[in-house]
Amino acid sequence: MKSAVVQLPGLNRDRDMIAALTKISGKAPVTIWQTETDIPDVDLIVIPGGFSYGDYLRCGAIAARMPVMQAIKAKAEAGVKVLGVCNGFQILVEAGLLPGALMRNASLKFVCKEIKLEVVNANTDFSRAYEQGQIIRCPVAHHDGNYFADADTLKTIEGNGQVVFRYAGGTNPNGSVNDIAGIVNEKGNVLGMMPHPENLIEAAHGGSDGRGLFASALDVIAA
Amino acid sequence: MINARVTVTLKNGVLDPQGKAIEGALGALGFEGIGQIRQGKVFDLQIETADKAKAEAEVKAMCEKLLANTVIENYTISLA
Repeated sequence: MKSAVVQLPGLNRDRDMIAALTKISGKAPVTIWQTETDIPDVDLIVIPGGFSYGDYLRCGAIAARMPVMQAIKAKAEAGVKVLGVCNGFQILVEAGLLPGALMRNASLKFVCKEIKLEVVNANTDFSRAYEQGQIIRCPVAHHDGNYFADADTLKTIEGNGQVVFRYAGGTNPNGSVNDIAGIVNEKGNVLGMMPHPENLIEAAHGGSDGRGLFASALDVIAA
Repeated sequence: MINARVTVTLKNGVLDPQGKAIEGALGALGFEGIGQIRQGKVFDLQIETADKAKAEAEVKAMCEKLLANTVIENYTISLA
């Protein structure tokens, strides 16, 4: 499986993401710069976390409208898997690739800690290495992760099984509606999530709960 | 040249924790009888045209495409 990591000014979790993808797939991902519109032929495109374009206007708003995102949108429509983590998730909702919006944390504070996630749908390309209902640990670090969607949209995504991860055990760090931490699009090939699975993939991180997500997305589950 | 002002506010029903915090702070300063406070954004734009209708259409497109996130925000446009 070939993967790519998007690099935009202000994103700062790209190196963590490159390390995770390299360690888990055994192959370094290619990188995509903001000006590129000719996306290399890969199976998985990852938009990492950070503060693209200074988070000016709204988190992810400027990045979502760059030409590189139009190209990624076309790839997603063609069935290529796209994963957005943290700022990557914010960019995907701003780009309209995922429903809803991510607002300022209800506490108004930046949260940087470990939370618990429940795998609500283990039947996706991004979660099948986990058990349905499994509780995993995962770090979060964000100021604007408060997921919001109107009642109709919520009903649709809940009904379709598009909610993949939920904050569990009272660890919702941001006020997200229905404790939503990560969702997929209707087709199931685009996932956005606020927590950082790339920061919990080996013993040196204190655990490897995040590994399953990459093992699923990179199709390297046999372990 | 036409001056346009775009005001972006959160839709009703969307929680505004910043507005709530400001409400609390004003209360702490002794201001009484404050109803709800909602925080928003203001953009002042200069459009290089004399055609008001054209300017308005253009600013509306800017709002839809970038200035507002219509999932959670409303916008109003006023031209001067």
